[in-house]
Amino acid sequence: MTTILQHCLTGISLGGAYALIAIGYTLVYGILRLINFAHGDIFMMAGYFMIFALASFPWPVAIIITLVVTTVMGIGIEKFAYKPLRNAPRMSIMISAIGVSYLLQNLSTYVFTAIPRGYPELPYLKRIFRIGELSASFVTLLTPILTIVLVVILMILVNKTKTGMAMRAVSKDFETAKLMGINIDRIVSVTFAIGSLLAGIGSILYFTDRMSVTPFSGTLPGLKCFVAAVFGGIGNIPGAVVGGFFIGIVETLLIALGYSTFSDAFTFLLLIIMLLVKPTGLFGEKNVEKV
Amino acid sequence: MKIKRNTLLTTITFALLVVFLYWLSANRLQHGMLVSVLQKGVIFALVAVSMNLLNGFTGLFSLGQAGFMSIGAYTTAILIIPVKSLDGVYYMNGVHPGIRALKMMVAESPAFVQSVFPFIALLLGGLLAAGIAAIVGVAVLRLKSDYLAIATLGLSEIVRAIFSSPQFDRVTNGSYGLNKIPNFPEMAWGLIPSLLTPFIVVTLCIVFILLLINSSYGRAFKAIREDEIAAEAMGINLFKHKSMSFVVSSFFSAIAGGLLAMYMRSIEAKTFSITLTYDILLIVVIGGIGSVTGSILSAFLVTAAKEWWLRFFDQPLFIGDWQVPLFRTGFRMVIFSILLMVVVLVYRKGLMGSTEFSWDRLLGRFRRTRKSNGGAA
Repeated sequence: MTTILQHCLTGISLGGAYALIAIGYTLVYGILRLINFAHGDIFMMAGYFMIFALASFPWPVAIIITLVVTTVMGIGIEKFAYKPLRNAPRMSIMISAIGVSYLLQNLSTYVFTAIPRGYPELPYLKRIFRIGELSASFVTLLTPILTIVLVVILMILVNKTKTGMAMRAVSKDFETAKLMGINIDRIVSVTFAIGSLLAGIGSILYFTDRMSVTPFSGTLPGLKCFVAAVFGGIGNIPGAVVGGFFIGIVETLLIALGYSTFSDAFTFLLLIIMLLVKPTGLFGEKNVEKV
Repeated sequence: MKIKRNTLLTTITFALLVVFLYWLSANRLQHGMLVSVLQKGVIFALVAVSMNLLNGFTGLFSLGQAGFMSIGAYTTAILIIPVKSLDGVYYMNGVHPGIRALKMMVAESPAFVQSVFPFIALLLGGLLAAGIAAIVGVAVLRLKSDYLAIATLGLSEIVRAIFSSPQFDRVTNGSYGLNKIPNFPEMAWGLIPSLLTPFIVVTLCIVFILLLINSSYGRAFKAIREDEIAAEAMGINLFKHKSMSFVVSSFFSAIAGGLLAMYMRSIEAKTFSITLTYDILLIVVIGGIGSVTGSILSAFLVTAAKEWWLRFFDQPLFIGDWQVPLFRTGFRMVIFSILLMVVVLVYRKGLMGSTEFSWDRLLGRFRRTRKSNGGAA
């Protein structure tokens, strides 16, 4: 029983990081109808930024630098790779997203080499807590709490502020929102900024438990988080969070049972089944594809 | 008259290519790099064309190529590893008795069967992939554009997970991969040297794909690409044609995978990761989505540039005493990714756009330049 609970705790922590990344996918997909294949690589780059920031700054400054640089990078990628293709066929934008992902991977292989880099340990986050027979580091406990807090803030932002209203309008109908005088480019930038910021936070929480970063360590978590977003219903923020937690927990349990090679495969199987049974996801709205 | 000239030119080109390959086969030791680039290029040409059939001609954006290639590669490799190397390959976990029995049977069969067995292995790999594609297609092909892309990507990851899982250790050798795979076989009792084999196999496959594209099925594919609803209204059975395109594309990807296994001599599940699919997508995009000749051309160009011409980007370069900055391991791939982004953002048509290579256009271009030169003089 203790072991199961222990694994659940690890799973919840992993799921929290997944949830934060999945929000980035869900927001971008909701607005641009684009799977941002580069999102996983933004997450990976944030890992490298943290390593270098922490080498020369104290940790609170380093975290802020990492988050700022990641956010700027996210906005930059949108301006450089997706904005020129706004009116192009969907396949071109998707290829462009894959191209950005390819570029980021190769660039980081070139700049940081393919050898895994040790992720710095924040002694503060790594402190071990004991609750009864369970033991967990501070980051494990912090991740789910932080995730929930951030999601609540994000929900308030989306539902109560003017920018949030504009975001909802753009995701409902791109053209009409434009006609209503909403500055589309600004909204898209804001979306990418939020997504990248959350990916940056997720990256710090994720890599603190993983010890090392390689140029390819963003690909699979990225794809899994997209699955999480689809599972919860794409475009739906609480859905993405539920999906993230679900995938994190199931993955950890599968690894605990000795099926670690199948843990990745399970995620994709879940995706295919979900798309066939309920393409709108758990909490997705019914969306009629217009001709 | 005109048609005759074009046929003549094509025939001459092919004849020259064959002569060149025979010459290369005789002098293969001096030209090791050229041989390996050409062979890898021709294999990638087949995958690129098969991906183009799906993405460019039918408009189904699929990212599952690497998965189907791995099915072909593993099937071929398991079937053609010689009996005497079996214990060396499966040194960790031992080999499944069924595979050993099958191999003993083949080894004792008449010489003719043995000489064609590698081709049977390739075909079996292709058929297995086609079968899987047919079954999976029922589910996956109901999805549209980006969902289809991510589902096929997932499919390829599932296949990879199965091949590298410890549960199949005695068949696929798990995470250790397979090695000691024999190289390309000879054809026609040694009349055609082994160097030419991949070229012949790939040519046959591409000719088949071309015939398919130019048939009524191919026109139906293009109709689906342009407008699914209109195509359906015109009486095209959407599911049948999509599934056909998916199955054919998977079949040829698997054949290319089998050839790749023979080319590389050793494979592991990591070889067939998402990166491989991205590499093929790069070839298709540079060649032009919807152009078979573009894909073939770009497969050779990209492979040659990557493996050979642009190697110097990865070495430190000195001009006099001054070391050129940026030149070190990995720079080549950065250049490649930038190239891909430039093609996607600026030069969206790629090398050929969606048109095919034609002698008329090539000659027309020469004539035009000559005329303009004459005008200037």
